[in-house]
Amino acid sequence: MEAVVGRLGIWALVLLVAIAAIAGAQDSGFAVHMGIIAAVALILMIVTARNYDPVGKAQSIFKMPTGPSRYDDDVIRWGVIATVFWGMAGFLAGLFIALQMAFPELNFEPYLSFGRVRPLHTSAVVFAFGGNALIATSFYVVQRTCRTQLAFPTLARFVFWGYQLFIVLAATGYLLGITQSKEYAEPEWYVDLWLTIVWLAYLAVFVGTIVRRHEPHIYVANWFFLAFIITVAMLHVVNNLAVPVSMLGSRSYSAFAGVQDALTQWWYGHNAVGFFLTAGFLAMMYYFVPKQAERPIYSYRLSIIHFWSLIFLYIWAGPHHLHYTALPDWAQTLGMVFSIVLWMPSWGGMINGLMTLNGAWDKVRTDPIIRMMVMALAFYGMSTFEGPMLSIKAVNSLSHYTDWTIGHVHSGALGWNGMITFACVYYLVPRLWNRERLYSMRMINWHFWLATLGIVFYAASMWVAGITQGLMWREYGSDGFLVNSFVDTVAALHPMYLMRAFGGLLYLSGAIIMTYNVWMTIAGRLREEAPMGETRHDEAADRPIVAEPAE
Amino acid sequence: MADTNDKRVDQPTGTEFVGHEWDGIEELNTPLPRWWLWTFYATVIWGVVYVVLYPAWPLIEKGTEGVLGWSSRGELAEEMALADLARQSVYEQIAATDIEKLPASPELMQQAIAGGSAAFKVNCVQCHGAAAAGFEEYGYPNLNDDDWIWGGTLSDIEYTLVHGIRWEGSNQTRVNYMPAFEGILSDQELDSVVDHVLSLSGNGQSSAAGAELYTNNCSSCHQPAGEGSQLMGSPALNDAIWLYGDDRALIRQQILNPKHGVMPGWGERLDPVTIKMLAAYVHSRGGGEAPAETAPEEDNPESIATMADASDAPAVEGDDQP
Repeated sequence: MEAVVGRLGIWALVLLVAIAAIAGAQDSGFAVHMGIIAAVALILMIVTARNYDPVGKAQSIFKMPTGPSRYDDDVIRWGVIATVFWGMAGFLAGLFIALQMAFPELNFEPYLSFGRVRPLHTSAVVFAFGGNALIATSFYVVQRTCRTQLAFPTLARFVFWGYQLFIVLAATGYLLGITQSKEYAEPEWYVDLWLTIVWLAYLAVFVGTIVRRHEPHIYVANWFFLAFIITVAMLHVVNNLAVPVSMLGSRSYSAFAGVQDALTQWWYGHNAVGFFLTAGFLAMMYYFVPKQAERPIYSYRLSIIHFWSLIFLYIWAGPHHLHYTALPDWAQTLGMVFSIVLWMPSWGGMINGLMTLNGAWDKVRTDPIIRMMVMALAFYGMSTFEGPMLSIKAVNSLSHYTDWTIGHVHSGALGWNGMITFACVYYLVPRLWNRERLYSMRMINWHFWLATLGIVFYAASMWVAGITQGLMWREYGSDGFLVNSFVDTVAALHPMYLMRAFGGLLYLSGAIIMTYNVWMTIAGRLREEAPMGETRHDEAADRPIVAEPAE
Repeated sequence: MADTNDKRVDQPTGTEFVGHEWDGIEELNTPLPRWWLWTFYATVIWGVVYVVLYPAWPLIEKGTEGVLGWSSRGELAEEMALADLARQSVYEQIAATDIEKLPASPELMQQAIAGGSAAFKVNCVQCHGAAAAGFEEYGYPNLNDDDWIWGGTLSDIEYTLVHGIRWEGSNQTRVNYMPAFEGILSDQELDSVVDHVLSLSGNGQSSAAGAELYTNNCSSCHQPAGEGSQLMGSPALNDAIWLYGDDRALIRQQILNPKHGVMPGWGERLDPVTIKMLAAYVHSRGGGEAPAETAPEEDNPESIATMADASDAPAVEGDDQP
C-alpha cells in the first residue's frame, strides 16, 4: 500500500515537473518532449493506481517469473516485439529517404525533409531495432549461460521501458528539428542524460546477473555483451558532454570545439559501429549460431585472441573518418594503421561462426535460419574487409564523401546486423511463446531471398554510384580544368538511386513477411506446409513391379 | 558447466573439446588457423613499418614527421603546383591580354572559355544553374540570351563579376533601386501601367492613360519605348525576356514592391585571370555583345587596369579566398 502511494507520488511529481517545464519551455520542440514525458507519467499513474493489488502486482505490471525455477523472459518477449516493430519503422523510413534521394519532390517541409527523416532512419534501425535486439538477446543469453535469473528484475523492466522512452524522444525530436548535429548522437542533452541513466541500469542488471551466475566461467557471448555495454556507456557520455543553453530549452553547446569535436564525434561514431553493431552482434552470434547448428564453438583460443585484439584495436580506428581534413596527419595515420590491423581480429568472429558449422553444413540446405546466419557472417566478413580497405588513404581519397560509404555501411547493417537479428528473432519467438515451431518455415526462406537480393541491389548500386561520383569529382579535362559540376554527378547517379530504393523495397518486403510470420506464431497458428529440405518418400511405392501369375 | 573428460573428441571434426559447457554449448580446442595468425602478424608488421615511414606518434609539441617526410598538406600543395604549372603559360597569356582583345586570339579565347566553364561549375551554378539558364522564379538572370541589364561586352561582364550587383562588399558595385509604387498608384492606374508595359513587347492593348502614366513614372529609366538602359541597369521591357516573370500579377507585384536581386562581387574571392575566364565563358554562352566602336564606356577603366596589374602573378583558381 505504502509502496503504491509512494510510486503514485513519484509519478505525480514527474508529471508536475514536466508540466512546469512545458510552461517555461524556451522552444516548442522542448515543450513537445516535456509533453511526452508528462503523458508517460500520467499513464504510469493510472497503471499504478489500477493495479493496486499487492499480491498480483508483480505478476501483472511487471510479470515476474512464476518461480525461481524459470527464466525471467518477459522483458525479452517485449524486446522481441519492439525489435520487429522498430525494424519496420526504420526500414520504412529508409525506403522513404532513398526515394527522396531519387525524387526530391518527396521532401515535405519541414517535418519530413531528408535532413530530419535521415537521422530518424539511422536511429530507428541502429538504436531502436538493433538496440532492442541487443537488450532482448543479452537478457536471454546471460540468464541461460549463467543458469540464473536476471538480477534486479524491476530494473530490467525499467531498462526496457526507459529505452523505449529514449527512442520516442529521439525520434520525435528529429522530426521537430531538435538535434545537436552529431551523427548517430543527434539527441539533445536531456535525452542524453536520460539514456545515461537507462544505460547504467542496463549495466547493473547485466553485471548483477553475471555475478549471480551458477557457472564457473563466463561464456564468450557475455564478454562481448559486457564490452558492448561498458564501451557504449563511455562513448555516449564523452561524446555528449555539452552545456545546455537553458535548463528549459532543448539547445546545447558541445564541450569540444573544432577538430577536437570532430575527432571526439568520430571516435564515438566509429566505435558505435565497433561496439554496438560489431561486438554486441558478435555476442548474439556466439550464442545463437551454436544453438541453432547444435555444434560446439569452433575454437576457444580464437575466441579469446580475437576478442581481446578486437576490443583493443577498434577504439583507435575512429580518425579514419577524418582523412584529409584539419585533423593532424599523425592522428590520421594511426586511425588508418589500427583499422588495417583490425582486419584479422574482425575476421576471427567470422571464422569462429562459420567453422562452428563444421559437421553440420548440410543444415544450410535444410534450415533457413542457419542459412540466414551464414549469410550474416558472410556479409560480416565482407564489410570488415571493405572497412579496412576504405580506411587506406589512397582508397579513401576516392571513396570519402561518396555513396560508396553508404553502400559499405548498408552491406554491414542489412547483411550482418539485419540478418543475424532476423535469425535470432526466428529462433526466439517459438521458444519465448512456447510454440511447437514457427508459423511458417517457408516464409523464412522467402524472407532470406528477398533480403539477400535487396542487399545485392543496394550494395552493388552504391558501389557503382560511389566510384562514379568519386571519379567525376576529381575528373580533370585535357585543358587542365575540372570537368563536372556537383549537380552533374547528382544527375548521373539518378539510376543508381532508383536501384538502391528498389533494393530497400525488397528488404522491407522480407521484413513484412517476418512480421506476419512472428505475429501468426505468437497467435498460436501453424501454417500447413510441406517441410523444407525433405523430398517425399513413399515406402510402399519404393519396390519393383513383380509380375504376379494370373490365377 | 560439466568438466567432463578433457580428452573427449568431437566426432565430425576429430578435434578435442575444451571441456566447458554452457546451456548445451561446448567449445573445441582448435588451434588458431595459421593463415589467420600469419596475416594478423603481417598487418602488425606492416603497421610498425608504416608508422615509422609516415607521421604517426603524438609528442608534446607535435607528432613525429615520419622518415619519408610526407604530409597531406605537402601532397596537396605539390599536386596543385603541378596543375598550376600545366596551366601557367595560358594564365600568363590571359593575364597579359586585354579582355576585349581575347576574341582576336581564338585559341586563347577557347582556353579562357574552358577555364571559365570549370570555374562557373564551382562558383556560379548555385544561382544561375548548370546550363546558365538562370531561375526566373528567384530572379536569377538567364546568361544564355542577349538581354543584358548591365551590359554584355566582355569588359561589362568582367566588371559585374568583380564588383557584383548591389553587393555590400564593394563600393563600386553596380547599384540601382526601382522605387516602390505602393500607395502612389491607384489600383486602376496600376492596371493601365501593367497593360502598357505588356504592350511594349506586343502583348495586349495599352491605353492613353497607361501611356501617360508610363511616360511620367517609368520612361526616365526604362526609356520611352521600354528599351531599358544598360548605363542605369534598367531592364528592357520591350522584349520577351523577363527577370521576374511576365505574368500580370508578377509585373504588378514588381511595380508595387520591387525585388532587388543581389549578386556577390568576386573580386576578393577569385583571382583576376579566373574572373576574365568567367567573363569569356559567360560572353560565349550566345549573347555576348561586341564593344562599342567609339571610345569604351566610362564604366571603370581604372579598375580594369588595376586588375590587369594584379594579374601578373597567376593564382590558383578559388585558392586565394580571404
